[in-house]
Amino acid sequence: MHKLLIDSPDEEMLLLGNDAIARGAIEAGIAIATCYPGTPSSEIPDNFFAMFREGGFYFEYSTNEKVALEVAAGAAISGIRSMCTMKHVGMNVASDTLMTLAYLGVNAGMVIINADDPLMFSSQNEQDNRYYARLSGLPMMEPINAQEMKDMTVAAFDLSEQLKLPVVLRTTTRLNHMRGMVKFGQIRQIKSKGFFKKDPFHYVALPAVSRNLHKVLLEKYDQALELSENSEYNQIIGNGKWGIVTNGVSMDYVQDAVKDLEISDEVTILRLGFSYPMPENMIVKFLTNVEKVLVVEELEPVMENDIRSIAQAKEIVVPIKGKEKGLFSRLYEFDPGMVRRTIASYFGVPDTSPKAVDVTGIPDLPGRPPNLCAGCPHRAMYYAIKQVYGPDAVHPSDIGCYTLGILPPLKMADIVICMGASVGTSCGISKATDQKVVSFIGDSTFFHAGIPALINAVHNNHKFTLVILDNGTTAMTGNQPHPGVDTAPMGVDTTQISIESLVRGCGVEHVQVVNPMQIKKGVAAAQASKDFDGISVIISKELCPLYARVIKKAKKVRPFYVNQDKCKQHLDCINLLACPAMYIDDGKTMINEVLCIGCTVCAQVCPENAILPLKKSA
Amino acid sequence: METKRIVFVGVGGQGNLLASRLLGEACLSAGIPAVVSEIHGMAQRGGIVESAVVMGASSPIVSTGEADILIGFEPSETLRAFNKCNKNTVVITNIHPLPPFTVAIGQGVYPDIDKALDLIRDNVSLLITLDGDELAAKAGNPLSLNMVMLGALVGSKIIPLDEDILKETISKTTKQAFLESNLKAFDFGVAASKVG
Ligand SMILES: Cc1ncc(C[n+]2csc(CCOP(=O)(O)OP(=O)(O)O)c2C)c(N)n1
Ligand code: SF4
Ligand code: SF4
Repeated sequence: MHKLLIDSPDEEMLLLGNDAIARGAIEAGIAIATCYPGTPSSEIPDNFFAMFREGGFYFEYSTNEKVALEVAAGAAISGIRSMCTMKHVGMNVASDTLMTLAYLGVNAGMVIINADDPLMFSSQNEQDNRYYARLSGLPMMEPINAQEMKDMTVAAFDLSEQLKLPVVLRTTTRLNHMRGMVKFGQIRQIKSKGFFKKDPFHYVALPAVSRNLHKVLLEKYDQALELSENSEYNQIIGNGKWGIVTNGVSMDYVQDAVKDLEISDEVTILRLGFSYPMPENMIVKFLTNVEKVLVVEELEPVMENDIRSIAQAKEIVVPIKGKEKGLFSRLYEFDPGMVRRTIASYFGVPDTSPKAVDVTGIPDLPGRPPNLCAGCPHRAMYYAIKQVYGPDAVHPSDIGCYTLGILPPLKMADIVICMGASVGTSCGISKATDQKVVSFIGDSTFFHAGIPALINAVHNNHKFTLVILDNGTTAMTGNQPHPGVDTAPMGVDTTQISIESLVRGCGVEHVQVVNPMQIKKGVAAAQASKDFDGISVIISKELCPLYARVIKKAKKVRPFYVNQDKCKQHLDCINLLACPAMYIDDGKTMINEVLCIGCTVCAQVCPENAILPLKKSA
Repeated sequence: METKRIVFVGVGGQGNLLASRLLGEACLSAGIPAVVSEIHGMAQRGGIVESAVVMGASSPIVSTGEADILIGFEPSETLRAFNKCNKNTVVITNIHPLPPFTVAIGQGVYPDIDKALDLIRDNVSLLITLDGDELAAKAGNPLSLNMVMLGALVGSKIIPLDEDILKETISKTTKQAFLESNLKAFDFGVAASKVG
């Protein structure tokens, strides 16, 4: 049995924050879970995928976040509990649905997991999605540790049912990827069948209907506010003169800092876990009992501004500080030392932090950026394109493993904005300039957001080449399936969609499908695309070797080695490919046979035929 | 209890996330409150992987200068993470180098490890060095480096956990085929750190 399905309350486990959320969903009796993967949220749906059949609920990897949200919304409106998970930027994709779904509301509990990524460990921006609660009017909850990630998930379902509104549970990377002790609770029976009760004057968001629904949403705000005032997740802790307001993982840093600085008698902490609507009365009570306030929140001054405006409205005069020079920054994530130091300096107590060692004597260290794996098919395709187009073509790219092609010596990414933007920006760049444009998009990304832009390119006669890097999986986020994947090996029944037919269906006439591991064929396809005056698509089709290993489709191959008698040190293999299995030792080009997966690409590139498969005995 | 902040650094594929998780599990068995932090995602394509175990506090991460123990799975990464240390830190490092590919394409130079380790030794309370890769190979499984390093941590007696509880945790979570070599690797690590 999957560990998260164990039906024994009081069981204690060390769980990843994301595992804890998945367990919470199980305890809440979810009937439907949907997602589009994205770090740091991906382990939640990956858990669902591993256990949905055994757990007796429905799960799908949806095409993108907007669709995922709509699937979950349809289910919750039909009266069964649903969850939808995404990373913060996924909320942008889903936001059109989100804003009006808030008007419609739901009939059974619906929880949206939103994972923010301060410091951008694996994201293109660090937007603060607490603004989405304010924009949409949906309640928001913010846990502080693994136990709460489970407990709050259960509470969020109940809250959602009480208010008949989806509830957003907001996490940050540090919470998603922390492990902590979690005590299990009871598992609720799943209600897996619902009924869609027709009520068009409630569910058809025509202007006349929405005018009424908006009013309903504001009434629900008042109701939510009342619940927020009395929530166990909003607490005033202590009764000292120094006020600290905090949320999420910052609460952990604050607790440790107060302990380390030995100021618990001096401090009153206002911890906001049911963070939207903000509990106004509780905040007033807090403000009237302290002399000065420090707001400890990562990213934007969201609580700080709200609290200031409450203070202004109630004519409470007390200094409220947070984001300013010398205190906290709007950039990046916090850490315990920074929070301790800032608390010490703001309240004027001696800082007890240890002094870091002096690192001036440490030599400059070579960088270790993440890189395309040894034998990655993306690298082979990049090589072929570069051979034909040279260094001057412009390469709009997209988001996935292949973005790592930005690194030298490949340098195959010139502009990346967000998922799907490679195609749209290619239209603009090719229209605005006389430069050749060859853009790249991954297979999962193409399904997610590339298709409307490709139709635009065809319809409006744009001229560029789009390379769809079809590695048969969503590799960057952990090998989730997408609509182009045959899920039969995973024992799941879905319908596979052909990228080639889809591309032709979008109206592209010049379509080539190549195996990038055959360099000559890749080069020929690149040349044909260069010679064609119009929109062309190359589908570069080869499984990600890491994924191939997982689904047991990896070919048995021998690693390669460099025959030193033949090698004349052209270094084409290193300077043009830079496969991480290759290195230079004592002036000799070498291959690490543990890392090499025998993809043969370097052997095809070597002008001396000096790279050969190792003999069996080796 | 007294707070202990332990930082693990290594390179994608070396298994330091498993090491920190096992340490967390062992704390759970021993009734010691602990939180573990990991970084997943981008970092795993051969990049730097950092994790932490914090005993007796709520914060899952460790700030600059605040590590009680730094465990480096690769010597140049130990150097990179040296700013996590203060004069009371204990550093345990593998000395087997794994140069990044940037060195191969001439974008950086791999440092003189011995000289740099001398500098570390002079600035922290204790430096324990071992050839973890050699010990893992000797144990019969090159991938058991993480067990060697865990063994070295426990053998150094700087955390309130004994060998038995760690071995129990390893036994519970390791596939039968690797169990013997993993336990052996763990023992080699314990022995190596005792010698210093
Ligand atoms: C709106 C949005 N959702 C999710 C992500 C997270 N994400 C980054 S890349 C990626 C998928 C990449 O898959 P694919 O295009 O197939 O490329 P591969 O990694 O397989 O090369 C995802 C889900 C994101 N950056 N933005
Ligand atoms: S995981 Fe797969 S697609 Fe991603 S870099 Fe490695 S080989 Fe390439
Ligand atoms: S064959 Fe060459 S390019 Fe392919 S994985 Fe091995 S070293 Fe790298």
